[in-house]
Amino acid sequence: MEIGYFELIISCIFVNNILLAQFLGNCPFLGTSKKMETAVGMAMAVVFVLVLSGTITWVVYNFILVPFDLVYLRTISFILVIAALVQFVEMFLKKSIPALYAGLGIFLPLITTNCAVLGVCVLNIDKEMNFLQSLVASATYAMGYGLALILFAGLRERILLARVPKPLQDTSIGLVTAGMIALAFFAFQGMV
Amino acid sequence: MPKTLVQEFTKGLWDEIPPFRLVLGLCPTLGVTTSMENGLGMGLATTFVLVFGNILISMLRNIIPSQVRIACFIIVIATFVTVVELVMQAYTYALFLKLGVFIPLIVVNCIILGRAEAFACKNTIIYSIADGLGMGIGFTLSLGALGAIREVLGSGSLTVWGDLSYSVASVFPSFQPFTFLVRAPGAFICLGLMLCVLNAIGKK
Repeated sequence: MEIGYFELIISCIFVNNILLAQFLGNCPFLGTSKKMETAVGMAMAVVFVLVLSGTITWVVYNFILVPFDLVYLRTISFILVIAALVQFVEMFLKKSIPALYAGLGIFLPLITTNCAVLGVCVLNIDKEMNFLQSLVASATYAMGYGLALILFAGLRERILLARVPKPLQDTSIGLVTAGMIALAFFAFQGMV
Repeated sequence: MPKTLVQEFTKGLWDEIPPFRLVLGLCPTLGVTTSMENGLGMGLATTFVLVFGNILISMLRNIIPSQVRIACFIIVIATFVTVVELVMQAYTYALFLKLGVFIPLIVVNCIILGRAEAFACKNTIIYSIADGLGMGIGFTLSLGALGAIREVLGSGSLTVWGDLSYSVASVFPSFQPFTFLVRAPGAFICLGLMLCVLNAIGKK
């Protein structure tokens, strides 16, 4: 893939924002955005795991699956790598950096089923990125995720104070608000 | 009170219809429903994984140790997703290309893992099939409905299957497609409003 790193970064954070333009990782997006605190925790956990898993799955794919002609095992091997990685990260943090572990808390195990993580790993492979590109893409996709999540949590805290019609309450108004943020991000379309 | 087979089947169609009542599996719901065909295709693929995943997990429920059950569930599900991926690549290549990254992502669709954890690992095979089938059909119908609404209003046509399609402009000549709806922001807003309508109907 021929693309400069600056374009790649802008593209991953804004233009192809993983949450709002590609619709990946929406369940935790709606689930953890009711409070700013949990949103920040989730965003940090996503950045952490996505960078690690994006690079490790790239290595697994290009040095194990491709040479042994096992490309059809991609989905299974990636989800195993992610699940194992999340476990290791959890154990490692618990032992060595308890403060960070307490901060990320319950969000770490939830990341296994966050489709943004698997989605980015698969997208990196599909776009035939090299190692450095997939590292940059994973990191910036994760930042874009964090940005959207924190913006959304801020709006949602305000909505709690507003009087919303009964059928629209909770998830429903959440989705409409997400649509509005997506509309704002939509303005970046065509920049890269 | 133990539920009958029919009740297990029909709860997925209305009472607990997946993307609306349970609010799970939102990513494919938002991502692929730019047309009815895509929505139905995604729904059927998910139904297949849901039913066969439920069957296998229900068969193995007494063997799988509970400490590692989530990992086992994910492997079972990933196996069936790979089957779906290869079958779709072979027989419905156009749809395979359109759904793209969302096919491998069926693995992390929370509905499937949710049903495995909440239902299949506690119930017999027959009940698990009914549960999986009901949930799957409910999911397919929701995706189809959302896809149809977005396609009709957003691109002004409705493709039923293959080349068979209807144009809204032939019925209402002055109709202008509302392109916003087939783009990303439209997905969120459309789903939000559908949820609102369902909430309004469902409140008894």
